[in-house]
Amino acid sequence: MKIIVCVKQVPDTSGKVAVNPDGTLNRASMQTITNPDDMNAVEAALKLKDETGCKVIVVTMGPPPAAGMLRELMAMGADEAVLVSAREFGGSDTYATSQILAAAIDTIGVEKDDIVMCGRQAIDGDTAQVGPQIAEKLGLPQVTYAADIHKDGDTVTVQRMLEDGYMTIKTQTPCLLTCIKELNSPRYMSIGGIYATYTKPLETFDYAKLKDHKLIDASTIGLKGSPTNIFKSFTPPQKGVGVMLEGSGKETCEELAAILIKKHII
Amino acid sequence: MDFNLSREHQLIQKMMAEFTENEVKPIAAETDLNSEYPRENIEKLFQLGVMGMCVPKEYGGAGADPLASAICIEELSKQCASTGDIVATHNGLCCDPILTHGTEEQKAKYLPMLTTGHKVGAFALTEPNAGSDASKGQTEARLEGDHYVMNGSKIFITNGYVADVFVVFAMTDKSKGTKGISAFIVESGFPGFSVGKHEVKMGLHGSPTAEIVFTDCIVPKENMLGKEGKGFSIAMQTLDGGRIGIAAQALGIAEGAMEEAINYTKGRVQFGKPISKFQNTQFTFADMKMGCEAGRLLTYQAAVLKGQGVRYTKEAAMAKLWCSEHAMKTTTKALQMFGGYGYTKDYPMERMMRDAKITEIYEGTSEVQRIVISANMGL
Repeated sequence: MKIIVCVKQVPDTSGKVAVNPDGTLNRASMQTITNPDDMNAVEAALKLKDETGCKVIVVTMGPPPAAGMLRELMAMGADEAVLVSAREFGGSDTYATSQILAAAIDTIGVEKDDIVMCGRQAIDGDTAQVGPQIAEKLGLPQVTYAADIHKDGDTVTVQRMLEDGYMTIKTQTPCLLTCIKELNSPRYMSIGGIYATYTKPLETFDYAKLKDHKLIDASTIGLKGSPTNIFKSFTPPQKGVGVMLEGSGKETCEELAAILIKKHII
Repeated sequence: MDFNLSREHQLIQKMMAEFTENEVKPIAAETDLNSEYPRENIEKLFQLGVMGMCVPKEYGGAGADPLASAICIEELSKQCASTGDIVATHNGLCCDPILTHGTEEQKAKYLPMLTTGHKVGAFALTEPNAGSDASKGQTEARLEGDHYVMNGSKIFITNGYVADVFVVFAMTDKSKGTKGISAFIVESGFPGFSVGKHEVKMGLHGSPTAEIVFTDCIVPKENMLGKEGKGFSIAMQTLDGGRIGIAAQALGIAEGAMEEAINYTKGRVQFGKPISKFQNTQFTFADMKMGCEAGRLLTYQAAVLKGQGVRYTKEAAMAKLWCSEHAMKTTTKALQMFGGYGYTKDYPMERMMRDAKITEIYEGTSEVQRIVISANMGL
C-alpha cells in the first residue's frame, strides 16, 4: 500500500503580497510555503503510515526550488518525492496541471490498495479543481472535503464536511481524496527526519519522461495549451474603514437599522 | 571559511522557529507567571527528537551535532528562556557526559531513557559552599560492597524536581582534593534520594530548580561515571559544553528582546512619529544587532569546534560571557524602549530581563569565564 500526496508550493500570503505592474504576482520576491490544505493531506497520509506502515510519496509540479519543499515534507516523514519540472509545463492552468500530475501519478503507479491525496485547494488560485480533475483523468473514485479518514482493508470511509453538515462516504481503493484543514494539525519536521531527508530518493520527472504518456497532450499543456485565459488581473481597492456602533440600547439599534435601510440591506 | 549553515541546520532552525512561534510563545508568559514547568512542550520536544538530539541513533537519539543543539536552544529562548534552559541542561549537562564518559552498559541503559524513554536529565555539582569553587563539595560517596552510599546535598539543580536521571559529583576520597571527586549516574528512584527545597527565583520561573538530598542513598557501583577520582575533570569538561548551551540561550533572549522592541517601536507613536524613527532608537538597535551577530559567531564557532572534537574551552567561555552580558544589556535597553509598559507584565520585556540575569551567573559566572579565558591565554 502507498499514498501519493500532491502538494504545491505557494506564496506565503501571511507576509507581504507583491504584485507586478501588469497585475501578476511577483513570486520571486515573496516567501513560499507549502499550500496549507496540502499540509493536511500530507499529515493524513503520515497518520495512515503510522498506523499501517505504508509508503508515502509526495509529488509536486513546479520550478526546481520546489525540491526544498519536498525535502521538508520528507523530514516530516514522507518516504519519497517526485518533482515534476519542465519549461514545457510552466504556466499551466488547472486543466493542464491535472493532466501532467495525473500522468506523473500514473507513471509512479497506482495499485489496488493505494490512495491519492490532495489538499482541497491552493491559496494562490483557490480553484479546488486540480484534485477532482486528476481523479477523472485517472478514472479513480473521488471524495472531496475530507474531514475524517478511516481505512479498513480496501475500503476507505470519509467524512465530508459541507456547508450545512457532514456526509459520510465509503469507497473502494484506489481512490482520490481532497483534504481540508479540519482534518488534522500537520506535524513538525523532526530532528531525525531532517537528518534523514537528504538520504531519501527525490526523482525529477521532466518533459522527456512524461511526454509520451497517454494522458499528455502536448497541445493542451503549459501556458500556450491552457484553456484558461486571464483577461485582466488587478489588486482590489482597499475597503474603507468600518463603522463601529457602541451600546446595546434601543437608540443604537435604531441607528443600526437606519444605516441598513439607507444601504438597502433591509 | 563558510559562514552558511548546512541545509540540515537551516531546516532545524526553521522547524524550531515554527515550533517556538506556535507552541512556546503562546504559553511563555503563563509559564513564568505560574512558575509552571512546561511539561506538554517538553513532551513534544521529546517527540520531535530535540531532547537528547546529539545522542547517536543506536541509543535513540538523532545523532545531531552540538551546533544543531545550540540552534534549537537559541530559537526556543527567543520566546521562553525557561524552555531553552531545560533543553540545554538535558542535552549538554546530562546526555553529553554519559555519552562522552559512560561505559557501553551505561550508555545502553541511560541514553535510550533520555531520548525515546522521555526521561528528563539533570546535572548536580553545586553545593551551598561550593559554587564557583566547585572543588569544595562536601557530598560524599563511600564504597560498601557492590554499591556506594552517598550522603550530602546539592543546590540550584536545574530540572531538579522533574528529572529522573542525574549526573552527580561526590567525594570518594576527601584526602585527595579535586582528585578525590568522582562522577555518578543517579536515578531519582534510588533509595535515599529526595528532592529538597524548590527555589523561588528572580527569573526562569518555568525551569524547575531544586535542592536534591542524598541520605544514605544507594548508588550501584557500576553507576560510577568515568574512572574514580576523575569527577572534577568530567565536571569541567561537561561545563565547557554546557556553556555553549547557555551562550545559545542568552543569544536567543537577546534576539527575542530585540525583535519585540523593533515591533513595538514601529507602532509606538510619540512626538508625532513612531519611536523607531528616532536616531537614538536606531543606534541602539544597531548596537543590539551587532552584539547578537558577534555572539552568534562566537557561539556557533564553539559549537563547531566541539563537533570537530578539538579543544574549545576558551571559545565556549568567550561565547557564554559575551552572549550573557549582551543579553543583559539588550533586555535592559529594550525594556527602556517600552517605557512604563516594559515594566509591566503586559509585555514580555520584564520577564526577558529577569531571565537574562541568570545567564551571567550559572554554569560559571562572568568572572569565572574571564578566569577560564585568561588561563587559556598562557597568562
